[in-house]
Amino acid sequence: MISADIQVVLPEILLAGYAMLALLVAVYTSKDGLASTLTWLTAGVFLAFAVWIGINGVGTDTAFSGMFVSDDFSRFAKITILISAAIVLLMSEGYMAERGLLRFEYPVLIALAVVGMMVMVSAGDLMVLYMGLELQSLSLYVVASLRRDSIKSTEAGLKYFVLGALSSGLLLYGASLVYGFAGTTLFTGIIIAVADGAPIGLLFGLVFLLTGFAFKVSAAPFHMWTPDVYEGSPTSVTAFFATAPKVAAMALFARVVFDAFGGIVGDWQQIVAFLSVVSVFVGSIAAIGQRDIKRLMAYSSIAHMGFALMGLAAGTALGVQAMLIYMVIYVTMNIGTFAVILGMHRDGKPTTDITMLKGYSNREPLMAFVLLVMMFSLAGVPPLLGFFGKLYVLRAAYDAGLGWLAIAGVVASVIGAFYYLRIVYYVYFAERDDGAAGRLPPVLWTAAVVSTVIVALAWVPGINLFGLEPFAAEAALTLVN
Amino acid sequence: MGNLLSLTTFIPLLGAVILAVFLRGDDADAQRNAKWVALATTAATFIVSLFIIGQFDPSNPDFQMVEEAAWLLGLQYKMGVDGISVLFVMLTTFLMPIVIGACWKVDVRVKEYMIAFLVLETLMLGVFMALDLVLFYLFFEAGLIPMFLIIGIWGGANRIYASFKFFLYTFLGSVLMLVAMVAMFSQAGTTDIPTLMAFDFGSETFSILGVQIVGGMQTLLWIAFFASFAVKMPMWPVHTWLPDAHVQAPTAGSVVLAAILLKMGGYGFLRFSLPMFPVGSEVMGPLVLWLSAIAIVYTSLVALVQQDMKKLIAYSSVAHMGFVTMGIFAVNQQGLDGAIFQMISHGFIAGALFLCVGVIYDRMHTREIDAYGGLVNRMPAYALIFLFFTMANVGLPGTSGFVGEFLTLMGVFQVNTWVAAVAATGVILSAAYALWLYRRVVMGDLIKESLKTIKDMDGRERLMFTPLVIMTLLLGIYPSLVTDIIGPSVSALIGEYDVAMAAYEAGTMVAENGAGE
Repeated sequence: MISADIQVVLPEILLAGYAMLALLVAVYTSKDGLASTLTWLTAGVFLAFAVWIGINGVGTDTAFSGMFVSDDFSRFAKITILISAAIVLLMSEGYMAERGLLRFEYPVLIALAVVGMMVMVSAGDLMVLYMGLELQSLSLYVVASLRRDSIKSTEAGLKYFVLGALSSGLLLYGASLVYGFAGTTLFTGIIIAVADGAPIGLLFGLVFLLTGFAFKVSAAPFHMWTPDVYEGSPTSVTAFFATAPKVAAMALFARVVFDAFGGIVGDWQQIVAFLSVVSVFVGSIAAIGQRDIKRLMAYSSIAHMGFALMGLAAGTALGVQAMLIYMVIYVTMNIGTFAVILGMHRDGKPTTDITMLKGYSNREPLMAFVLLVMMFSLAGVPPLLGFFGKLYVLRAAYDAGLGWLAIAGVVASVIGAFYYLRIVYYVYFAERDDGAAGRLPPVLWTAAVVSTVIVALAWVPGINLFGLEPFAAEAALTLVN
Repeated sequence: MGNLLSLTTFIPLLGAVILAVFLRGDDADAQRNAKWVALATTAATFIVSLFIIGQFDPSNPDFQMVEEAAWLLGLQYKMGVDGISVLFVMLTTFLMPIVIGACWKVDVRVKEYMIAFLVLETLMLGVFMALDLVLFYLFFEAGLIPMFLIIGIWGGANRIYASFKFFLYTFLGSVLMLVAMVAMFSQAGTTDIPTLMAFDFGSETFSILGVQIVGGMQTLLWIAFFASFAVKMPMWPVHTWLPDAHVQAPTAGSVVLAAILLKMGGYGFLRFSLPMFPVGSEVMGPLVLWLSAIAIVYTSLVALVQQDMKKLIAYSSVAHMGFVTMGIFAVNQQGLDGAIFQMISHGFIAGALFLCVGVIYDRMHTREIDAYGGLVNRMPAYALIFLFFTMANVGLPGTSGFVGEFLTLMGVFQVNTWVAAVAATGVILSAAYALWLYRRVVMGDLIKESLKTIKDMDGRERLMFTPLVIMTLLLGIYPSLVTDIIGPSVSALIGEYDVAMAAYEAGTMVAENGAGE
């Protein structure tokens, strides 16, 4: 019995074991001297786990009487998380080393955060959910303030911690209400409890839960921490925040609303639709005034979370599929964009000022082109991949009778197009001689170019998103039935 | 050859990739090579496209040379041409070598410039051949990216404003169309254009927030498509992006914009609005007729007072597009034939007029009308060419401009006499602004000191205009060349439309009778 359970959680256990072993080894040997090796090793371990989970997993397994679930959905999310975390880790190595930030704790903390995310997406119980969430969050709070001698970085860490703690509190409060009214913390129990409609107290709990999740995915109106944390954290950490944790939080969101509250779609649908429409507008409008590209990407991520939530709001298998595909596309676009941002240098120092991009196309034609493709893709202009992400969620939303949401979404995306175009304007139309320049290191260069090729061409008939669609469909079907 | 259409579409893209990958450096040699590669590519595309018209069977109103492949999300990659689209394909491939010729004097980022135009050609061809809703949208919208860059990087002094306005205006129109496409996909379960043409979208009147929507779903979908195509055409009152874009765009960009990109709107009406939403078209048709009539008169008046040559021609383009929309929504053989004819002929004439402006802009670097005068004394060949196209623009019989205007007016006259009467005054106004422009620029004594050394057109410029003159004359004298090809498809379209209308009217009669009892 217990060995069967262990079998199901083996990836998480092994990865946690690896993180602690790496910590011990580093502490007792050359400490930061090992950091570079450890970063590469951790990335390699992530990739190995992604392959392992991809090959090994078939069907649905539960462990510890349903508290932990391993199914197509969780595997899809885990593979996305592991691969994106590995790539961002590799991308950050050079940047962190250059700024003297590459401590051995960094890869260890990232590994622990990834364990937390894997637990989150596999949660079948409110307690497990909270455990995974906190493991992830606590690791990330520390990572955010990694530049401890910078006021902005410590401020980012503190802000993230305080607001994160607040959201965790809300979430816990919601969980306790749900437990009180349903009599169980197991998702399989809750869904039975709400089978004939949810009592009012349980709905209160649901609302608090959703609020907590909205904090984590940085959906408006719970997005306030995002720009500050994005701006203050070291850029490579920002790149990490923008990718894997977003996938994990979104997957967790989907897991809870469908596994625990799948019977009362109508009750949470309007909340999610509201979060979605507010997010797309706040993200699109507030980004217009930004002068720092990291803040801009923060608002951009808020708008994109709005679109992903649009898929979720549909409350159908197609909607979940659309959300999963959207997240994968979103992560790909962010990896490419942040690769260029990490490479932005002026007088040998990193810079994130948007005006430094003026005339970038004269100095770095290839990277300027990468930015061009990424910006148009983020704006959702066809034929780039971002458009297909939007097409999926629009389809799902319309099919679910949320036509107004689809219209609001596309109108917001036009507003959003303005600030993406502004980047293109700086890069291609404006002139400046002393702006950002400098060749990208090989890792960043590869990440930027590969993601550009994917974003520009993965939709071509014959490639068809590398067969992502059927996997996402299967993952969605295990969640919604 | 089974994939002739795809071949034609993607030859320019191939040329662009070759340029991007293999051409290095930015010296004079590299620039020359870039231009020659682009010219060779567009010429090859034109030659290949001749096979399309060669294989095309005008008597068959269906889609021909269809290619199909599965794609994601239940979409498909499907290309094909019918009598309505094949001539637009030919127009595009015919004009692109001339457009490349018009870029010959550019010396800033030449390689990128050529790549932008080649990519744009692929996208424009794709628009006219796509037989899948989303594939169409893909090509339609993607064209914004190269055009945005062409205006923004190689444009005039106020290019940033113009490029943003161009992009955001058209993008806003198009996203509403995207939602409508999603709705159609959802309702019909397919994005296949021929299937959707036969699909009957609901036309029962319903109300949203207390507003009665006559024609129901069809009217809503029609409006969403209209938002996109009306901006693209452009129709009054959403035309304001066009003068800005034209004035700031480089000459070649203006030519493409006026000659081909504007036609996508008209093509969209013919491909989507009329056949898929006949009831919506019937409900909203009178509005379009009046908007067109207003556009013709209003923009002609505005054109009269312009100081900038390009702006004047841009406004005249809006007026001419008014004839097109008017002809389309008259929905009869003359109207539709005339609209398509007008679009083709406007492609040659407006393209040539922008080239004419480009010729003197290259020499004097100004487009102010006041800066010129008496050019005929030093540039007789130019004066002749400019006169020819001014006359064609006015609609002189014997040029292609006349046929299009006459047919559309005739078509509209049968439907709505008042609209036809108002629109006909536009013909007079167009003579006023065009001839006045000609007089101020070309006629009179050459008194301006700066113009004393201006040179007449060189061999390259004459070569560029020759095919345009030939086509304008040929279509003016022998219009059957066009109408024979479009005729069967147009009459099939009208036949379907009439059947749908008859069914709708029968349905409303029954409903009204039912309510009366």
